[in-house]
Amino acid sequence: MGIEQKLGNLGIVTTNLEQVVNWARTNAMWPMLFGLACCAIEMMAAQASHYDMSRFGMELMRASPRQSDLMIVAGRVSRKMAPVLRQLYDQMPNPKWVIAMGDCASCGGVFNNYAILQGVDEIVPVDVYVAGCPPRPEGLIHGIITLHEKVKQEKFTKWG
Amino acid sequence: MGVVTMDERLQLAVNAALERFAASVQEFRGEVTLIVPAESIVELMRTLRDEFGFDQLVDVTAVDYYPRQTPRFHVVYHIRILAKSIVLCVRVPLDGNAPRLSTVEGIYPGANWYEREVYDMFGITFTGHSDMRRIIMPQDWQGHPLRKDYPLGYEEVQYTFNFDQISVRKPHPKD
Amino acid sequence: MTEIREVSVDELRHLVSERALEGDTMLLNMGPQHPSTHGVLRLLLELDGEIVVSCVPDIGFLHTGVEKNMEAKTYQKAEVMTDRLDYLNPLGNNLTYCLAVEKLCEIDVPPRAQAIRVILAELTRLNSHLLWLGTSGLDLAAMSLFLYCMREREKILDIFEMVSGQRMMTTYIRPGGLWRDVPVEFEDAVIQFIDAFPRELDKYHDLLDTNELFIERTRGISIITRDECVAYGITGPILRASGMAYDLRKALPYSGYEQYDFNIPTRTEGDIYARYAVRMDEMAESLKIIRQALNKLPFGPVRSNKRKFVPPPRSEIGTSMEALIHHFKLWTEGFSAPPGSVYVATESPRGELGVFLESDGGPKPYRVHFRTPTFANLQIMPILTRGHFVADVVAAIGSIDIVLGDADR
Repeated sequence: MGIEQKLGNLGIVTTNLEQVVNWARTNAMWPMLFGLACCAIEMMAAQASHYDMSRFGMELMRASPRQSDLMIVAGRVSRKMAPVLRQLYDQMPNPKWVIAMGDCASCGGVFNNYAILQGVDEIVPVDVYVAGCPPRPEGLIHGIITLHEKVKQEKFTKWG
Repeated sequence: MGVVTMDERLQLAVNAALERFAASVQEFRGEVTLIVPAESIVELMRTLRDEFGFDQLVDVTAVDYYPRQTPRFHVVYHIRILAKSIVLCVRVPLDGNAPRLSTVEGIYPGANWYEREVYDMFGITFTGHSDMRRIIMPQDWQGHPLRKDYPLGYEEVQYTFNFDQISVRKPHPKD
Repeated sequence: MTEIREVSVDELRHLVSERALEGDTMLLNMGPQHPSTHGVLRLLLELDGEIVVSCVPDIGFLHTGVEKNMEAKTYQKAEVMTDRLDYLNPLGNNLTYCLAVEKLCEIDVPPRAQAIRVILAELTRLNSHLLWLGTSGLDLAAMSLFLYCMREREKILDIFEMVSGQRMMTTYIRPGGLWRDVPVEFEDAVIQFIDAFPRELDKYHDLLDTNELFIERTRGISIITRDECVAYGITGPILRASGMAYDLRKALPYSGYEQYDFNIPTRTEGDIYARYAVRMDEMAESLKIIRQALNKLPFGPVRSNKRKFVPPPRSEIGTSMEALIHHFKLWTEGFSAPPGSVYVATESPRGELGVFLESDGGPKPYRVHFRTPTFANLQIMPILTRGHFVADVVAAIGSIDIVLGDADR
């Protein structure tokens, strides 16, 4: 990696700005509490001690959208809840990412009727879809790691 | 499974209903159902609670029999004597054009939300109710979802051959 | 798609007191997204300083249209949706729906299936009460309790996964019996769990029973009397904590509960501490029931023989022509239920869960209505919070154990 290969162990590291910023973003991504239905229980199980999510930097779940950067939409979104979800998404500061957890958030799931949005990507742009009804906690963690890899590849041109 | 035999208490109540309120009785799988006209429902409920001890209202719901118009709806009440676990079902047939029924909220306060839900889902108005608003659908929703002539509203499934056609019609977010 | 409407006070004039209209008290929205509302519940609080004058609950944010959707599917396919109503009690919902279908179509259930149903229903009750304990403790700032309870839940979810392949939404209990027989490791796994659990339950008692902070926050708060409970149609632990010993497992026994010997824990105070104590005792009673059911587990088939309603086992399909035809007809058309209506109720961890099923003689249910405990129990929120602080609202919501999937269906 640059200079330290030539000069040995000097205690410095060279890298580029994109890598540093992306590393900082992925290692401390704070999710917003948006557990709606059954997937929320699996999200809580993923946060608990058996499948620990705090080893990936997500120690806390912030209830306030102003202090979080990841929205995990866990559960079915009904038509009454949709404007609320959009308003919360708008209140989150940039950079923000969205994970659609479970079948109901990805595509409407088992419920194909008047009351449920057929996929939360009708109202917010989604980065990662996690399938399952409900997805296992390991599935959710796999989705989060996929999101981390996606973030690590973000470039200058996409910021701002 | 809860087997309800025709207990004497229940038999007395059914007889009183048959004589005084022009009801008819049916029995199916061990459950007793009274069918009463709409005018006498409040008096019947008051009598059942005060004289015969049916102290808990378990459930209020409705069934839609479209395309049959008279009667189009049946409002179904389930009441119970807690001490003996006897359940009685009371049905009220209603016409389709302007279904209205008196509320039993004064007798069983728990009927408040149940009747709001029946109004929301079926459009049956309960006169005398303290708070007749929609409870489950958004306040400005048009239509009453559980009626049989209300469409299910499902979306056509996207396969590879019709993916693009459906994608054009689906809403997408701006950013 | 609806936009967010600005609701003016005029619409709610009949629900809030006159002081709100003058601006004397403040209307605060404890909105759908809130960490302590256990789901998407919106509470409109009218506050006089820090004291709640009245509270208007607003539900419907998780409305799924299950009742209408089930009318479009056959009886077997519709059962998948019942898991997702009260998502902390999936096997209980399956059980209630299957009991209703069995009562309507007069299908018998063999005793081995009934015993396994009881074991799984009680494990689900433990699962639900543990999650309640964890999240209520989290609301009252007993945060380590949450991690302990989730650890116990993982063991129960492992048992469900062993039996049916799915952790939560199993759809294992089908009309006529079960989906398939339990594997051989089931009994040992359950025995291992119920041998280790009483010690853990004692630890949770130690953590909270005599904890002064917990007692300060829960004793004498949000009292509801027995007559109010009966008038509002409240059932379950709330009714039992107010002094009435009413449990549907004893009053209208189903699925063989009359063979097992257990008590109904009751308290008389009707406050939050009483509800907590009732649920903790219920967990111990569930362990007793599971142990008795396991000891008496009979051998035999796990499905009824009525091939018109219940599919044949897969092994028969290769050899018998009738089995193949039955399987084909059940999967393409479904079975036709006789016309009529039934109402069946069971005891879910939250109260009385009832299914009202009406059929018109076809293969699809004509009308399914779920009498869910949370819908009835949420009506008493104004009574529970009147005159208390805002922090007590959080404790009260935790104590009535709401699951919004249940309320909104």
